[in-house]
Amino acid sequence: MVREDFPKPPPTGDGVPFWAYAREHELRVQRCRDCGLHRFHPRPRCPRCRSEAADWVPCRGTGSVFSYTICYPPVLPAYASSVPYNVAVIELDEGPLMVSNVVDCPNEELEVGLPVEVCFVDVDEELTLPQFRPRR
Amino acid sequence: MLAGTPPAREATIVGIGQTAFEKSIDRSELALACDAVLAACDDCGLSVTDVDGVVRYDVEQTTEWDLIYALGVPHLNFFAGTPSGGGGVANTIVLAATAVESGLADHVVVYRARKRGRRSAFGSGPLEGGRPWAKVGTRPSGTQQYHHPFGLASPAQEMAIIARRHMHVYGTKAEHFGLQAVAQRRHAATNPAAIMRNPITLEDWSAARMIADPIRLVDCSLENDGAVALVVTTAERATDLRQPGVRVLAGAMGEHPIHTQLAVFLAETGAYSGRETGGRSIGHRLFGSAGVAPADVDVALIFDHFTMAVPLTLEQYGFCGEGEGGPFIESGATSWPDGRLPVNTHGGSNGEAFIHGVNHLPEAVRQLRGTAANQVPGCRLAFVNGSITDCSGAVLLAR
Repeated sequence: MVREDFPKPPPTGDGVPFWAYAREHELRVQRCRDCGLHRFHPRPRCPRCRSEAADWVPCRGTGSVFSYTICYPPVLPAYASSVPYNVAVIELDEGPLMVSNVVDCPNEELEVGLPVEVCFVDVDEELTLPQFRPRR
Repeated sequence: MLAGTPPAREATIVGIGQTAFEKSIDRSELALACDAVLAACDDCGLSVTDVDGVVRYDVEQTTEWDLIYALGVPHLNFFAGTPSGGGGVANTIVLAATAVESGLADHVVVYRARKRGRRSAFGSGPLEGGRPWAKVGTRPSGTQQYHHPFGLASPAQEMAIIARRHMHVYGTKAEHFGLQAVAQRRHAATNPAAIMRNPITLEDWSAARMIADPIRLVDCSLENDGAVALVVTTAERATDLRQPGVRVLAGAMGEHPIHTQLAVFLAETGAYSGRETGGRSIGHRLFGSAGVAPADVDVALIFDHFTMAVPLTLEQYGFCGEGEGGPFIESGATSWPDGRLPVNTHGGSNGEAFIHGVNHLPEAVRQLRGTAANQVPGCRLAFVNGSITDCSGAVLLAR
């Protein structure tokens, strides 16, 4: 049972599609319809060509660890019983970077460059987190 | 600071004031702000009723109105705020200097009051004391929604990820951050105003508990209460006042990517591709406009929310080569008194206090007046910057 104080994304705003696709176990990011740039985090315009036209396109779900940390107290209350846990920045093969966690991997085996693939963890009936596991 | 300013109007820091720095002070942020502003006016011999301009951080909870109605300041001709958190340190001086050199105001006060100690929260809002990140709640908005659900919330965790990337690209070692922590704690030990008066060794550092690997407790800024204020006026006015003036030789602002959008931050900076961004861009304009080089700087007050920021700042501003920040620290260069560029001689944010970096400014002034606890002999040129992980800026101060 997930704690009541688990942080949840807001119900409105640019990020809504990202979280809705995650709920369907799909990793999607915005891709500019004009210049083709993939972007994350979600934004109303393309930072390269300023176009507003964008599609939410599926990602391959593969990438590698760009950087990471192992978290010890103090942490968010919802994560207090999880320490030490990792947070990693994943470089998706499409280009964007994304904050997530690496699962199925002992913290001491985490390293920059580790190839990973997406997996989806249903936190509760509302929230699904796109996380990553080592690609074998 | 601004090109074409007549010498008589050149921005000059004439007063510095600060409260005691302690883990917990039983006074409000407004009371602390008043204490610091009055101390700064007293330091230079101005009456607080002479103040006609105010500069603060946007996140400062003591507003212009709070301050002037508490102190009986009759009117203001200028007020401004600077965005981000610790990015604003030097920009407060850039704004104040712009005001006095342009003639918009004559006596501008810069202040920052903060209650950040563990028992110091005075409201439920993220900026009302205590740890901002721990008070965001269960519905993080904006880009925090891409951090908090994954357990990434504290600045220490964000900086750890930035530090790890630097270690990967350049071979920087966690011990390099530790050596800076040790140097600053040694500086703090001989600074009577510092909170942490007991020096530590690298062995102590390696035994300190991990907060977010590779960042250890003693690498972190302190959680404390206190306030700092400064008075900026013109060179002409400064000649009538109690203290020798410190000139604002140069100042520059710059957009540095922000740590609360970590993925974008790393996309912009984490490849260390030599892009003209952040401190590199600010530094080129700063040193260029002053006609001096990083090697001319006698003392550097570097924003150090975490000690990992020191080597990265040294690199971005050209005090050493890209990727050489760690070895630069290891060489002893940043240690007072023997280093060639003593950094954070008051003990910095892990030794003296964390007043969101603003306590670095009075230390630069003391070094240039020749009154610092850990005085750099013959100090003539000081560098002070804001955070390299926020909208930022830097100033060069000179005597």
